[in-house]
Amino acid sequence: MSAASKQTEDLVNVQVDGHWIQVKRGTRMIEACKQASAEVPHYCYHPKLSSPGNCRMCLVEMGMPPRPTPGQEAELDNDGHAKISWMPRPVIACANTVAEGMGIRTQSTLAKECREGVMEFLLINHPLDCPICDQAGECTLQEYSVEHGKGESRFLENKVKKPKNVDIGPRIRLDDERCVLCSRCVRFTQEIVDDDVLGFVDRGSHNVLTIHPDKPLANNYSLNTVDICPVGALTSNDFRFKMRVWFMRETKSICNGCARGCNILISSRENKIYRQTPRENNEVNSSWMCDSGRLNYHLLESDARLTDPMMKKGKSHETVDWPQAIRRTAEGLLKYKGDEVAIIASARMTNEELYLVRVLADTLETKNVDTLKCHGEGDDYLNHKDRRPNTNGAKAILKLRSPGSRVNSIKKGIESGSIKALLVYGENIESKGFDDGVLSKLKFLVSSHILANPTAKLSDIVLPGASYAEKRGSMINATGRLQLLNKAIEPPGNSRDDWEILQDLNCAMDGKDFIYELADLFSEMASVVPVLKGFTLSGIGEKGASVIETGETIPLLEREAQRVNQGLIVG
Amino acid sequence: MAVIVERPKLSILEKFYFPAIMKGLRITLGHAIRILRRKKKVTMQYPEEKWDNNLPEHYRGAPALVTDEHGRERCVSCQLCEFICPPRAITIIPEEIPPEDQWSKVEKRPREFEIDMIRCIYCGMCEEVCPEQAIFLRKDYAISGYTRDEMVHNKKKLYEIGGVREGLVNKWNTLK
Ligand code: SF4
Ligand code: SF4
Ligand code: SF4
Ligand code: SF4
Ligand code: FES
Repeated sequence: MSAASKQTEDLVNVQVDGHWIQVKRGTRMIEACKQASAEVPHYCYHPKLSSPGNCRMCLVEMGMPPRPTPGQEAELDNDGHAKISWMPRPVIACANTVAEGMGIRTQSTLAKECREGVMEFLLINHPLDCPICDQAGECTLQEYSVEHGKGESRFLENKVKKPKNVDIGPRIRLDDERCVLCSRCVRFTQEIVDDDVLGFVDRGSHNVLTIHPDKPLANNYSLNTVDICPVGALTSNDFRFKMRVWFMRETKSICNGCARGCNILISSRENKIYRQTPRENNEVNSSWMCDSGRLNYHLLESDARLTDPMMKKGKSHETVDWPQAIRRTAEGLLKYKGDEVAIIASARMTNEELYLVRVLADTLETKNVDTLKCHGEGDDYLNHKDRRPNTNGAKAILKLRSPGSRVNSIKKGIESGSIKALLVYGENIESKGFDDGVLSKLKFLVSSHILANPTAKLSDIVLPGASYAEKRGSMINATGRLQLLNKAIEPPGNSRDDWEILQDLNCAMDGKDFIYELADLFSEMASVVPVLKGFTLSGIGEKGASVIETGETIPLLEREAQRVNQGLIVG
Repeated sequence: MAVIVERPKLSILEKFYFPAIMKGLRITLGHAIRILRRKKKVTMQYPEEKWDNNLPEHYRGAPALVTDEHGRERCVSCQLCEFICPPRAITIIPEEIPPEDQWSKVEKRPREFEIDMIRCIYCGMCEEVCPEQAIFLRKDYAISGYTRDEMVHNKKKLYEIGGVREGLVNKWNTLK
């Protein structure tokens, strides 16, 4: 049966490199080629940005069936498709859409010669900076010049010199000699973050990217320009000269900076994180993330990291081993029963950890369980006003209607003496209204955190936990999406993964068996938490799964969806 | 496909291995007697005597870093040698060249550059991969030390061994 007969309302037949495929009407030629596994090299095209078609790297050969004269039958090829007559000049694949019966050749002599020509022109003034360029190893200029370049220069003139090492913002450095003038960065700042500070000046081979004289590129999304720059023209000050990209291992995880839960890649080498970059998820963060979330990982390198469990002795703390710390914590908590004990957990904890807190609260038979409400200023793009990544998880698992509402009564309870023991997990409550005066009324205070903070100082026992990059687990973001956190590096010193600490504590108190697999713990949790019903840890997947209808929308994604509808971007 | 190699057919004399043993003994004894009569010297009295003057041009000794004729460190800390080194003997910590430095236009240099000479197998891959012609295998071969730490050549030591190399890749000297 001929494929041509299957043309339907919104599918069209397109021939790519001799093979017929069906793609959605309105698809860009470059995307159609991608679907046919024929990658077309490109610089300026980015699916989330408008397509100015200015780099000409994506030139391909295109043809259409000739329109038959009235009364004439279209000539058919062996597959039953109308014969294509090829156009003598190439077209760009990024900004043109497919049409019924269209033919695209990505490997023809014409297409190849076009690419080679464009590559040669792009490289005539190139400074050959690869040895000192942070983009080396993930640079499309390198990749395409291997595939389509000449290997030597025919250019005899002196190269044009352009500004190098230019400070264009607090987090970004520009090297104009490396720039291929694709304008991705300009379009990003105009279209996505409404901060139109980049532009081109001068003409011909002196054409350079430049920054507004009075306005630096300082918005909280500026580092995304570094990611989308196909070459090393824009580099990150934070990552500058720290590590070559080919040494790093990438771990798929999520950002813990706010309740958005942007999908990220954590790049690390030998137990040290070097950078975080956004990972595409069109339900959460598109292809972007904010700078503050991206640079969040420096917190893990703080000198204040706790590395050993500690117990108060007189006025100071002494280091103890884990079994002792756990035993003393369990003994201390079991001395009090019911509502004499309070637990302040954190929406920074994973679902699994929160579930273990719930088990602990059940053992202690206390109702005084809450998390803190930490709201800051969100923005109109991705950043969420809720500064905690897993508030929705805390709500679902700890059965909190409105997190933070019980905190005041816990504080009053401590002040009045009805609450005698407090377990604080993952928060520095000292800075949240529980001052020394309040906390010193307690008979027994245990805290767990990654940093030595004032709360830890007042605690009888301090349990050092693991940061978001040092553990696995799941979280539910602001829009109700269940997502996975993955372990990129090991926690420092003797600090441990929190789900192990909490389980040790639970086992010491209720005598139940230790669950060795996080997946098994997740399954146990999923059987009692309604919104997680039917999920397994491995079933969550890289891009997460929607579990709660929160009715919230993501401003940046709304606008992108609009532009997709208008046909401005591919999305 | 298996190839079957025929065993050579031995003659009677060859099967009877005594003559071969005698032949060997004769050579050994010959040398012994010649040495006793001080006709020919076979052993070199290392380390009093050394081969150094006879080393061929392509000799691969200890890898070392070199500076150019202006005293600029040629290495820009691209870490390609660290990547290619088969026993992973090289460890580099890069840094940015401060703006007040004479060579600040080069932008990048190694803050620390270490080659663990216990690991190094003198393969020369680092020299071959270096895009800046900054690392060379020199003729030093007697690398020794009392501790493992001593066997790690740091940046200072590497430049000491390496010295100056002129007129190779010189793009940084003309740039700007
Ligand atoms: S700096 Fe990068 S993203 Fe911006 S125009 Fe130049 S090559 Fe394109
Ligand atoms: S918006 Fe929130 S989740 Fe996304 S990168 Fe920023 S802090 Fe992280
Ligand atoms: S000579 Fe070979 S083993 Fe020695 S440092 Fe160079 S690459 Fe490594
Ligand atoms: S390959 Fe050459 S320039 Fe690069 S780090 Fe090694 S010695 Fe330095
Ligand atoms: S990718 Fe098509 S013109 Fe740049």
